[in-house]
Amino acid sequence: MHYQLDTRRLLCPMPVIRTQDKVNTLNAGDTLEVICTDPGALNDIPAWCRINGHKVITSKQQADEYIVTIEVGDGA
Amino acid sequence: MTKQRKAVALISGGLDSMLAVKLMQEQGIHVEGINFFTGFCVEGHTHAIRKRDQAKPKRNNALWVAEQLGIKLHIVDVIEPYKDVVLNPKHGYGANLNPCLDCKCFMVGRALQWMQEHEFDFIITGEVVGQRPMSQRADTMPIVQEESGAGDLLVRPLCAKNLPPTLPEREGWIDRDKLLGLSGRNRKPQIALARQYGFDDFASPAGGCCFLTDENYAHKLSDLWQARHSREYDLDDIMLLKVGRHLRPRPNFKLIIGREEGENKFLEGYRKQFIHLRSVSHTGPLVLIDGEVNDEDLSLAAQVTARYGHGKTAEQVEVEAVFPDGHSRQLSVTPLAPAEIQSDWHL
Repeated sequence: MHYQLDTRRLLCPMPVIRTQDKVNTLNAGDTLEVICTDPGALNDIPAWCRINGHKVITSKQQADEYIVTIEVGDGA
Repeated sequence: MTKQRKAVALISGGLDSMLAVKLMQEQGIHVEGINFFTGFCVEGHTHAIRKRDQAKPKRNNALWVAEQLGIKLHIVDVIEPYKDVVLNPKHGYGANLNPCLDCKCFMVGRALQWMQEHEFDFIITGEVVGQRPMSQRADTMPIVQEESGAGDLLVRPLCAKNLPPTLPEREGWIDRDKLLGLSGRNRKPQIALARQYGFDDFASPAGGCCFLTDENYAHKLSDLWQARHSREYDLDDIMLLKVGRHLRPRPNFKLIIGREEGENKFLEGYRKQFIHLRSVSHTGPLVLIDGEVNDEDLSLAAQVTARYGHGKTAEQVEVEAVFPDGHSRQLSVTPLAPAEIQSDWHL
């Protein structure tokens, strides 16, 4: 399943916290597209994914927004 | 087979918690980190907002530390429950509005709750006896154990030899002989240990990880409470205190003035909550009005807005005031002269 999460206007670490809380409700293999306006999220969400066993599929900037798409890992 | 013992570590992003985790990992303990977001944490917010700072690399230190250590990190939003700590600290404040001892009791208590929910065995922190004037003294460290409820499940690996043995030490889950006996404010032992472990890039918050320790920020927060006749706050309030220039020309309202493009953009996000002003005849900042204003106040706010824009020396500046419901009013004003901006307006 594919999901979206809007964290626009939130400053780090809130986008990471929202991502973490959402991912905790998903299943391995699900994808989550996180939309942010804090550029720090481009570093922080991938860092959070690396240490928690999830995979960043794409990470891009569109105008003033940053979009990180994650594939949920198996919790390893 | 011996049971794999698990510890949850309070991770601030600084060196001490990093070293404390490393000491536990060397003893074969499975460690995961926990980091609490109170809203007052200094995590590069101004950095994130201000355009000119955005080219600089930015990182969340707690996440970075966890990655260096190879541990999971759980970041917990405690903004709501933390209000009681800020508003009613049993042990009072430090030099500013920093309730350090109550804060530590709160965080260890929350870590205990997380530990129990996730079936971990004990808690570790990077505390060092005598290192901080309020929360890390020989007489206050037992208070943290007692009031958090963690008791002897709280291990401080960096200074454990100066403290009574904890349950994990007595039970042999960890070897007390391999823990340290650091004390005082001297950072040299930690720096040497960091070098030994190959950590050559670490943050040194030393109390600077919380805006409540900042004199200027604490002054702005006190002003907010005084103006509202209430010590309540929400996340937007405490975020806005980190952004822009704050001026209180009258007791009933203050102005939040963007200092550059990034801040103006950030303040734009609050247009539905506050009256906002901007010069339409010259370039200039976005200004929010926090408070209730009459026509005279609005005119003064427009004059201040004009003063901080490129029309500051013009005879007349056109300023548009837009209300949260979307209706607007145009004001033609003379910018205030520098001497008319009274020094005590600045927060």
